[in-house]
Amino acid sequence: MKNRLKVLRAERDWSQGDLAERLEVSRQSVNAIETGRYDPSLPLAFRIARLFGLPVEAIFEAE
Amino acid sequence: MSTRNPAQRRYNKRVIGLSLAYAAALMGVSFVFRDPPPSGPIAWGLALLPALPLVGIFIAMGRYLVEESDEYLRAVESRKALIATGFMLIVTTCWGFLQSFDQVPRVDFYWAAILWFGGLGLGGCANRFAR
Repeated sequence: MKNRLKVLRAERDWSQGDLAERLEVSRQSVNAIETGRYDPSLPLAFRIARLFGLPVEAIFEAE
Repeated sequence: MSTRNPAQRRYNKRVIGLSLAYAAALMGVSFVFRDPPPSGPIAWGLALLPALPLVGIFIAMGRYLVEESDEYLRAVESRKALIATGFMLIVTTCWGFLQSFDQVPRVDFYWAAILWFGGLGLGGCANRFAR
């Protein structure tokens, strides 16, 4: 899956660590999701969407 | 594991403690089994002593996977354990048949555990190069 996490994070001037803290996950998780090495579970995808105030499909897109 | 969240800290503590217990048990039992070696149920109990901390390490690994709340880290560690298990099964299966047909020397079963720990290293490398 492709995602816009890095762009959304940059828009808010958050580091990967900042985002990880807000999502209560490890920085490695954020890095793995951003770089497409890991597709988050549905609950985590919804948590990310809620944090950015966007629908899931506005952040994640099937390749 | 490169970060230290509470689950990882607990896991590391358990594994360090159990590793020390394993070293102590192995040295102690090796000493006791020098001439004349014990026999009967006591010998069984003593011979099993070094195995118990290793069993504890396997359980600690399982507990870590249960306690780890970060799904990505859990996935990475699960993949590592699966690769280690596959590696151990492949080597022991091949070795077993070679041994059955007298092509290689007989080795003690506890090497399966050593292979599994080696497999964790392979799993770590696989994780590093995973997509």
